Amino acid sequence: MASLPALPRRYHKASVWALYVIGLCPAAWYFYLGLTGGLGFNPVKEFEHQLGIWALRFIIATLGITPLRDLAGINWIRYRRALGLIAFYYVLLHFSVYVSLDLGFNFGAVGGDIAKRPYITIGFACLLMLIPLAVTSNNWSIRKLAQGWNRLHRLIYLIAAGGALHYVLAVKSVTLVPFIHIALIALLIAYRAVRRPVMNWKRGNGKSAKPAASQRARQNG
Amino acid sequence: MPAYRLPHIPASEITPRDIYMSRRNFMGAAAAAGLAFAGADSAFAAPLTANPSPYKLDEKLTPKEAVTTYNNFYEFGVNKDDPAANSGDFKPTPWSVKVDGMVGKPKDFGLDELMKMNLEERTYRMRCVEGWSMVIPWIGFPLSAILDQVEPLGSAKYVSFETVVRPEEMPGQKGFFQPLPWPYIEGLRLDEARHPLAILAVGLYGETLPNPNGAPIRLVVPWKYGFKSIKSIVRISLVEKQPETTWKNANAREYGFYSNVNPAVDHPRWSQATEQRIGEGGFFGANRRPTLPFNGYADQVASLYDGLDLKANY
Repeated sequence: MASLPALPRRYHKASVWALYVIGLCPAAWYFYLGLTGGLGFNPVKEFEHQLGIWALRFIIATLGITPLRDLAGINWIRYRRALGLIAFYYVLLHFSVYVSLDLGFNFGAVGGDIAKRPYITIGFACLLMLIPLAVTSNNWSIRKLAQGWNRLHRLIYLIAAGGALHYVLAVKSVTLVPFIHIALIALLIAYRAVRRPVMNWKRGNGKSAKPAASQRARQNG
Repeated sequence: MPAYRLPHIPASEITPRDIYMSRRNFMGAAAAAGLAFAGADSAFAAPLTANPSPYKLDEKLTPKEAVTTYNNFYEFGVNKDDPAANSGDFKPTPWSVKVDGMVGKPKDFGLDELMKMNLEERTYRMRCVEGWSMVIPWIGFPLSAILDQVEPLGSAKYVSFETVVRPEEMPGQKGFFQPLPWPYIEGLRLDEARHPLAILAVGLYGETLPNPNGAPIRLVVPWKYGFKSIKSIVRISLVEKQPETTWKNANAREYGFYSNVNPAVDHPRWSQATEQRIGEGGFFGANRRPTLPFNGYADQVASLYDGLDLKANY
């Protein structure tokens, strides 16, 4: 089983904080580019799109933690909360830029878009669904909600699927970049369906491999 | 065919002579400066002179850099900066445009001949279906000028257009995930094609057409969404039936044959009521402006559609 050099436990907390800082760098960078004229001739749209794409990337990273542990034996579960929250912050920024810089706080237009345009309806629903997840992302909620927490946080699969759909519907044609994002989300959601058999098979293999190895050892011995 | 009245240009839309003359001086100087590093930016763009025309606007021109680097030209890639980045290998010369179909005198027009047409500078609004717009000083000639030469037959009712296919020079046309089938095709009703506002453009901003803008020759129909104004044309055919068009084939629910700019008919996925003028109102002052029926050319073209339900024929 592959394994990375383990990060000493005393650095765990710092590494999570570092992730928040690194994770929000793309937003800060694009904001800086926007201010300095580096986002081309339609800077607001570009900023808005980049924030949305980065939200999807962090959702993909969040969904990737479990298969990474299952299949590669790398346990980064300590980063999952930060990744999920960063994704939420990007979705929030994406929506805020759309409301403020793009539509200039024309709430009538915002409401009209949400009501009439399916991809915006879906995107907005995903933002709403992310709120309870963000609110219950603290240790207290995890303890308090117990099994309910797990059930509630399964919403992330619906949110990820909704985010992918929002992206597909927003582009004029699905080209390579959207396809990669959507395919990764589909793959990571699909993995959940086959996770149990995959894990059983892995455990089964492990069991059958061990006696075989010990048998060989005995034969050699 | 019905007779056409000349477009009615309100006096307020005509730029005073001293202003446009001073602009021409400026452009002359800019063109001279451009010569100094010709070939450095947009390939093959060279100074091009044209007669002034009454088609002017009292609106600020979109900066040339925006006009030539913010483009939808999927043959070079789907991102706005792809055409400028990926069109360096495209060779707009030599070139010819085959005009055929239901015509008395089919003809191949060489580029030299097209460049010798009576070229005019015409400043038009350009409204993209995506909700942004520009104001562009084109150089071109009325499409009707070449239609007249080939003598359309009475049975010809539509005009179809076709873009060049050159995967070796147009990276968007090769590889996986090509966004559209090629060639890109477009079409107009014959009376639309003959409307004096419809031009074939061979230049902009006092230069030959840069590659990202559809070199060496493209259609400009300013009252329709930008995708109707097909680029890098190699064939124009007169036909009896409404021709297929690329975006309608890709998604007929969203893109119709007419695609007249119409703030009252939303695209199914976004509103068409307002537009962002590219290059204006930076990061914080995104000032969307109302979109005008027929992109502001209703006085000239609305009569083409008398009796036509514009909601059904979007």
